[in-house]
Amino acid sequence: SSDTLATLKTESETLKTKLEEERAKLHDVELHQVAEKTEALGQFVMKTRRTLKGHGNKVLCLDWCKDKRRIVSSSQDGKVIVWDAFTTNKEHAVTMPCTWVMACAYAPSGCAVACGGLDNKCSVYPLSLDKNENLAAKKKSVAMHTNYLSACCFTNSDMQILTSSGDGTCALWDVESGQMLQSFHGHAADVLCLDLAPSETGNTFVSGGCDKKSCVWDMRTGQCVQSFETHESDINSVRYYPSGDAFASGSDDATCRLYDLRADREVAIYSKESIIFGASSVDFSLSGRLLFGGYNDYTINVWDVLKGTRVSILFGHENRVSTLRVSPDGTAFCSGSWDHTLRIWA
Amino acid sequence: MSGSSNIVAMKKIVQQLRFEANINRVKVSQAAAELQQFCVQNALQDPLLTGVSSSTNPFRTQKVCSFL
Repeated sequence: SSDTLATLKTESETLKTKLEEERAKLHDVELHQVAEKTEALGQFVMKTRRTLKGHGNKVLCLDWCKDKRRIVSSSQDGKVIVWDAFTTNKEHAVTMPCTWVMACAYAPSGCAVACGGLDNKCSVYPLSLDKNENLAAKKKSVAMHTNYLSACCFTNSDMQILTSSGDGTCALWDVESGQMLQSFHGHAADVLCLDLAPSETGNTFVSGGCDKKSCVWDMRTGQCVQSFETHESDINSVRYYPSGDAFASGSDDATCRLYDLRADREVAIYSKESIIFGASSVDFSLSGRLLFGGYNDYTINVWDVLKGTRVSILFGHENRVSTLRVSPDGTAFCSGSWDHTLRIWA
Repeated sequence: MSGSSNIVAMKKIVQQLRFEANINRVKVSQAAAELQQFCVQNALQDPLLTGVSSSTNPFRTQKVCSFL
């Protein structure tokens, strides 16, 4: 039996080499070379337009409602808050039974939010129009992992939720019954982030983890269809390019990277010698031309996705930027920080 | 640790690598051109890129509603 193990190990190494060779054969040019003829971007003026104050501790996650004005955010203090970003008013607040609520998501209908963290669960709270109603009373436990919940998102309806966990797996759940519909195994360590492919691209999602790997999954079969291992440290954030043909990742190795799914390889690295702190969260502007990265050095760097250069650096937060999302209509983006606040930038 | 569970795990790894090695790929030049084309085609509809004026961006407007 030790012969079989050795044979398999050899085959594994041979296949890894073959994979790299196949990818290298098609590496005929760099993205920034193709982009040389593209017009350069001008100066950007982006400022904080709103500051959302109310969390008592580090903001860990945020998500926009499809109505382009409401935001849900979660914090180390155990609170989940729904804000009207136009007015900065708090519309709902829920106190979770655990601290470190690392994940939160808005339901597509705008009628519920999902959240979880150190409780190892993902729970759904229907949002009541009655401000006096105790939201916790209608709470529904949906997902159960064996370690912390790191990320969650609804699929194209309120009926299913995708989760990632410190237990090294991702899973797809039916909200009504709490049943696990599919599980995704392949990461060798904590999974820290995930993103659903734009609906036109079909049923896939991407995840990133502490094993420095990002994986693209087929939601129907549970199979990993592509994986990438070029980061040098934990991957904190993954986000699809708006066409669905690529995705970006942000890592503790202080870089963000772009992976093209049809070329099956990394096609750009967004880095500077002066940037030495980890990137915690990334998102694209609507056309995919800009990549916003929130970093552990309290800044937000704005990258020209095609040319690979930094076009702006935004200051304002007084501690790590932990989460960042562009609004559904692309008019603004919101950042959350360990400084307890959220900022809307436009 | 049993030897057979190592073999089962390795078989899965080899199976996965075989699958990944055999997928269809396109040249980076083609993929990059398509990424660039998408950006260019959608540039005008990207408010953060074009810098939409205060009158049309709800976050930039300074107006505040007040009840009299």
